[in-house]
Amino acid sequence: MTGPSTVRVRLPTHLRTLARIDGEVRLEVAGPLTTRSVLDALEARYPGLRGTIRDAATLERRPFVRFFACEQDLSLEPPDAPLPAAVGTGAEPLLIVGAMAGG
Amino acid sequence: MSGVRILVGTRKGAFVLTADGTRTSWDVAGPLFAGWEIYHMTGSPADPDRLFASQSSGWFGQQIQRSDDGGASWEQVGNRFEYDGVPGTHQWYDGTPHPWEFARVWHLEPSPTDPDTVYAGVEDAALFRSQDGGREWQELPGLRGHGSGPKWQPGAGGMCLHTIVLDPADPQRIFVAISAAGAFRSDDGGASWQPINRGLQSGGIPDPDAEVGHCVHRIAMHPSRPDVLFMQKHWDVMRTDDAGESWHEISGDLPSDFGFPIAVHPHEPDTAYVVPITSDSYHYPPDGRLRVYRSRTGGGEWEPLTDGLPQQHCYVNVLRDAMAVDSLDDPGIYFGTTGGQVYASANAGDSWAPIVRDLPAVLSVEVQTLS
Repeated sequence: MTGPSTVRVRLPTHLRTLARIDGEVRLEVAGPLTTRSVLDALEARYPGLRGTIRDAATLERRPFVRFFACEQDLSLEPPDAPLPAAVGTGAEPLLIVGAMAGG
Repeated sequence: MSGVRILVGTRKGAFVLTADGTRTSWDVAGPLFAGWEIYHMTGSPADPDRLFASQSSGWFGQQIQRSDDGGASWEQVGNRFEYDGVPGTHQWYDGTPHPWEFARVWHLEPSPTDPDTVYAGVEDAALFRSQDGGREWQELPGLRGHGSGPKWQPGAGGMCLHTIVLDPADPQRIFVAISAAGAFRSDDGGASWQPINRGLQSGGIPDPDAEVGHCVHRIAMHPSRPDVLFMQKHWDVMRTDDAGESWHEISGDLPSDFGFPIAVHPHEPDTAYVVPITSDSYHYPPDGRLRVYRSRTGGGEWEPLTDGLPQQHCYVNVLRDAMAVDSLDDPGIYFGTTGGQVYASANAGDSWAPIVRDLPAVLSVEVQTLS
């Protein structure tokens, strides 16, 4: 998918609080729909989220953050891998999740 | 009328406790930044309305928050702490080289004169400075570049730069302490550094004259006498009278010389406070009795302060950044515990009362004296 897409992104509580977001985020994403392009759009709208989901310098996913969509764990996919089509149509959200850790 | 504002950082958010100068009735606000770890929250001496908070999460990283209205509102400022140049390695727990990795900001120390200048002590240990109110941060690389950096090793809590003391009489002089590297001093505004650990004895180090490797827990200074520093070390309470050129032990008659915080009376430079903890294996007070100890003789002779503190079944700890003193005529002493209590004394420690009892584990306590 290469056209502009309206993507739904669901953030964990702490990041919604940090960015003062209520509910889901809807983002216009141009070009190929990938985790990289969605996160680029997310951080452009909410600069305070830079460094919280992926490292601000290397852009690598933070270790305890996961990406889910369409009942799939996409966390280990390359950042330029295409997201499922249902994310691009807005039928399904991209879930950014704080991994269960710490017992 | 004068008053005080206590800034409390906890494992699950920040709290602001305020009272008038009588310090008998308290307003408790919070949690701010709920659910995040607040390692430290403090105010600028140059502008008491300007506050800084270190907000961090093992999941989502580091944030610095700033308030310009005394905590009524907050703004997320900078969160990029990047080591200068190639970070290099320090020693890991097993003695192998380990790359320097940023984890969090342990301590923020605002300039006494410029509200836009603030220093940050971080894990893995390094000193950063912002000169624009916390938006941009630059490392002062001379500290890690001193030459001993590859020998530094983390303490049990991580390799953290946790103490920053700015000399109020000499803006070029800065003291820092690192677990478990030791204490360092700069006489040129942070450009270059020297270890100041002569006289420290650490049982875990085979070389009694080791330049670094000492687990300093906290350093305190009275502003009127900046060459005198008090230190609570992993074991031993220490003192220097020559800005760290040499240290001598002042543990004296303490029931244990292990502990974390140390503080100095605001008007009596030879009056110091510590909270003895049983040992490094038992991070709770001896005999389950929470006692602050006060020396009015510059160390060596200590008196227990127990009035109002639990004297049985108490097994909390008081962390290194969790004790503070105000500067009212009859000074207030404050400390927070890992059990979530914040205790206050409005009479220099003679008696105590809890302000709150059930906060999350307290990581830091600072107090601002407001006119």
